[in-house]
Parts: sequence; structure tokens; C-alpha cells
Amino acid sequence: MARMKFLCDAERCIECNGCVTACKNENEVPWGINRRRVVTLGDGEPGERSISVACMHCSDAPCAAVCPVDCFYTTDDGIVLHDKDICIGCGYCFYACPFGAPQFPQQDAFATRGKMDKCTFCAGGPEEDGSQAELEKYGHNRVSEGKLPLCAEMCATKALLAGDGDEVADIFRERSMRRNTRPDTWGWDVAYKDGSHEI
Amino acid sequence: MKSERRRRSWLALVLGGWIVVTAPIALSVTLTESSAGAEASDQEKAREASQNPRAEYWREVRHGAQGYSAVTGPEANVLIQDGGETWQELRNGPASTIGAWLMAGVVLALGLLQIFKGTWKLDHRTGRTIKRWSAFDRFIHWGLTVSFLLLALTGLGLLFGRYVLMPLVGKEAFGAVAAVSKPVHDYASPFFIAFLLLTVVAWMKYNFFTSYDLEWFKKVGGYLTREHVPAGFNNAGEKVWYWFLSVAGLVVVASGLFLLTPNFEWSRSTMQLSSLFHIASAIGLICFSLVHMYLATIGNEGTLEAMVGGEVDERWAELHHDVWYDEIMASRGTKAEPDAGSARVS
Repeated sequence: MARMKFLCDAERCIECNGCVTACKNENEVPWGINRRRVVTLGDGEPGERSISVACMHCSDAPCAAVCPVDCFYTTDDGIVLHDKDICIGCGYCFYACPFGAPQFPQQDAFATRGKMDKCTFCAGGPEEDGSQAELEKYGHNRVSEGKLPLCAEMCATKALLAGDGDEVADIFRERSMRRNTRPDTWGWDVAYKDGSHEI
Repeated sequence: MKSERRRRSWLALVLGGWIVVTAPIALSVTLTESSAGAEASDQEKAREASQNPRAEYWREVRHGAQGYSAVTGPEANVLIQDGGETWQELRNGPASTIGAWLMAGVVLALGLLQIFKGTWKLDHRTGRTIKRWSAFDRFIHWGLTVSFLLLALTGLGLLFGRYVLMPLVGKEAFGAVAAVSKPVHDYASPFFIAFLLLTVVAWMKYNFFTSYDLEWFKKVGGYLTREHVPAGFNNAGEKVWYWFLSVAGLVVVASGLFLLTPNFEWSRSTMQLSSLFHIASAIGLICFSLVHMYLATIGNEGTLEAMVGGEVDERWAELHHDVWYDEIMASRGTKAEPDAGSARVS
């Protein structure tokens, strides 16, 4: 069985935000919520790097560990999903997640949190695969259709990779070898002889 | 090794938090900053830098370096915020376990007290009563009681329910209970805040310590020996409860307000820290309230009457609050004879 993973190649990401847009459109993500975002480090400086980040579908997910109602579950593919029918919008997963993946729609009354929303690896939720209920709550279940997450499929520079961890690792290893160095060490650092960038 | 050291120092911090609930929630202190201390040595860094020039770069990212993101939202420009790891370990670890043992310990101690000492009964009743609490006092007391119990029960459900209730009733049923608990917890809080503030202000005058309070402490209120201990309107134990309630109450309220208002976009480190202070102060309050509830009901005969009807038997006042009793009697100018017929003299 595959172990699904995301990997963003910082040498390739050009901060086009195509992944963010693709995700929003494919999953009909509500206003104010972005399941994926691109962060640029050292923006405008030599050595700037951009990385697209969303839920990383951790093996030992912190969100699942702190959830008071235990609404998270991991699929056989290693994708971390959650049940919105059980979620109470307490926000603990947001406190625990290092990547800022859990998002909360703001409810009308007293601005409390609604039910949590996050990247599903385009694998929907606990509802029946491809059902209308699943589409409305969690977005498009592409994995059940044999497709990969649209953010990675849409990536113009193929910086964002998604799929079986072994294959993703193979692709990245091959790239690193072609660059003739260890990952991410070539480029600005060597050109400018400076290993200590201010981020 | 590193993470172990960090964990130990955090353990010490949360243990301190139990006792020093007085510490204000310092917004400026972020979990990220405090954990940055335990880092690789300079030598290691230099070696890494020679092998991998970007090692330092990614290390900073690992600890919350900020960048730019076109996506707007709280801390959207931070790739990795590592405070959650510490928060998770403390919440699921010491905060839950020590908290559970503390509460169990209090219940056990009270149970032992009841078994070995039993209810502190009044040897006789005079039939005459003294006014102790006004209608307003009783209103704020019971308002505080009801809102506190709602908050305590729903709060405990959110912290322990997954491990205690969920195995019994199942995930869906517990989810339904939790879905009610969460808004009840949110909406009960403004009432708790109002009643707490009223209580703190209205009752402060009863709770300044006096010289004879020391004797009360020395004899643990007489609860173990049943010997006489001096006490004014409030005894020393009640005064400690008042000040604990005031301080821990304000901590629980302040930390709770951060958690209640995510729309103000508090940083995650603020909410993580608030959550820990909230748990620590709330469990402290629950423990102390258990003691209070026991002593005010089955622990001491006649005490509950004070908060229900507002009046206490003269013998109760003489037995438990002798200084106050003497003051009342002195203000009346005469000590009432035990066989006086009037039922109400206040």
C-alpha cells in the first residue's frame, strides 16, 4: 500500500500560487479559508525560497492526538482525514499543528469557530466516496478516482510533488543528482560565497 | 537529550504554574522563543555550515522564521510553528495526568476525612438565628456556583472525556455531548466572569487575614482534632479559598478570553500558553471547590443553611466563628440567654 506524501522542491517553486488557486477551485473551499499556501522566505533577497505548504498528513499527527472528540483518522494510504460531523470547532488541532493546516470558518454568532477544514489530499472524508455530501463537506475526492491532488497536478514547474512517498523520493533524488549536489545547497549560496543568510 | 532537557524544563514550568497561578500571561513570551534556548552548540553549527550552507536557514524555518505569503490569515507567513509540540506534550502529559491525580487525591482525602471524622455536628441548637448572608450575597454565590459547575463539567469533558466517556458511550454519542459542551462552556463564561467579579469585590472585606488566623492554620481548622479554633466572619481557610478564587479565577478568565476570541487572531503561542494556564488554574479551582463543597455541606452541620436561607444558628456561629459571634453579641449589648424564647433576633 502506498504511503501518500507531499514534497515541495524549494529549488523549483516560483511562488505562482497556482496550487492555492487549484485547491480552492477543485474543492470549493469557502471564503477566508486556504487549505494550501505558499510561503516565501527571504522575499526579494538573494537566496529566497518559496515553499507550498498544507497539511503534511503526519504519521503521528498532533492534531489527532489533541482532538477532544477524536474526529481524525488515517486512511490506508497514510492520509489524515477528519469527520466534520464530530468536530466541535474547539481549535486545538490548530494549536498543535506546526504547519498551520487546520482552518476554521468564522461562524456568525459571537465569531466562534465553525467546523475545522483542512487539506484532504483530495481524498474527501468519511462520507461515501464521490457522494454529494462528501463534495459539500470535504471537496472533491480525486484519490478515489485514481487521481492525485490537483495542487501537485497543476504545478507548472513540478515543484510540488504528491503521491506515493517512495516514488516522490525517487523523483527528488534523481533531481538532486542531476543538480550534482545535495539537495538545496547549490545556487545562491555557492555563487555568493555566503552560507549565513538572514531569513 | 535535547528534547528531554526541554521537556524537563517545561515540566518544571507547568509545575510552577500550578502553584504560581498569579503569574500574568505574558504575551511577549512565546513558546517558540523559550524553546530556542536548547539548540545545537556553536561547534556543531559551524561543522554543519561547512557541510551544508543552508542548514542554519532551515533550522530557523523549523523554529518559526517568518516569510511572506500572498495568503492572508493568522501567521500564514510562518512555515513551521513548533510550540504546538510542547503544548501537546504538556496538555496530554503533565497537565492532564497531574491534574487528574490532584483531583483524585482531593476526593480521596475528603473521603478519608468523612470516614474517620464524620460530619462535624452541632452539639445543640439554640433555635435562634443570626443573619449571615444577604439576598444579594446569596444571589452572587449561587450564580457563581451554577456557572462554575457548568464550566467545570464541560471543561473536564473536553480534557478527559475522550479517555473517560468516549470508551463508554462511543465516539458519535460523545461527539454529540461535546458539541453541546463547547457552546455551553463558551456561553456560561460571561456569567461566570460577572459573578466572579461581583463576588471578589463584595466579599473582599471579610477576607483580610488577622493574627488569630495563624492558630487556625496550626490546627488545620480543627478538622483533624475537633478542637476549638478562633475565627472571625470568615475563618482562615475560607480566606485562603477567597484569595485563591480571586487570583486563579482571574487567571482562568484572562486565559479563557484569549481562547474564546480567535477572531482577534491571537498568535498560536499565545493560545497555547493560555490553554496551559487555563487548564492549570481551572483544575486548581476545581480541587479547591471540591473541598469547599464538602465542608459546606456534609462536612459541617449547619453551614449550608447560611447560604440557603441566609441565617445560621447561634450555636453554629459560636462553634465555628467565635470572634464574629462575640462581635454580634457585643453589638447587641447582651448575650442572649440560651432559653430565650424569641426565634429570630437579628
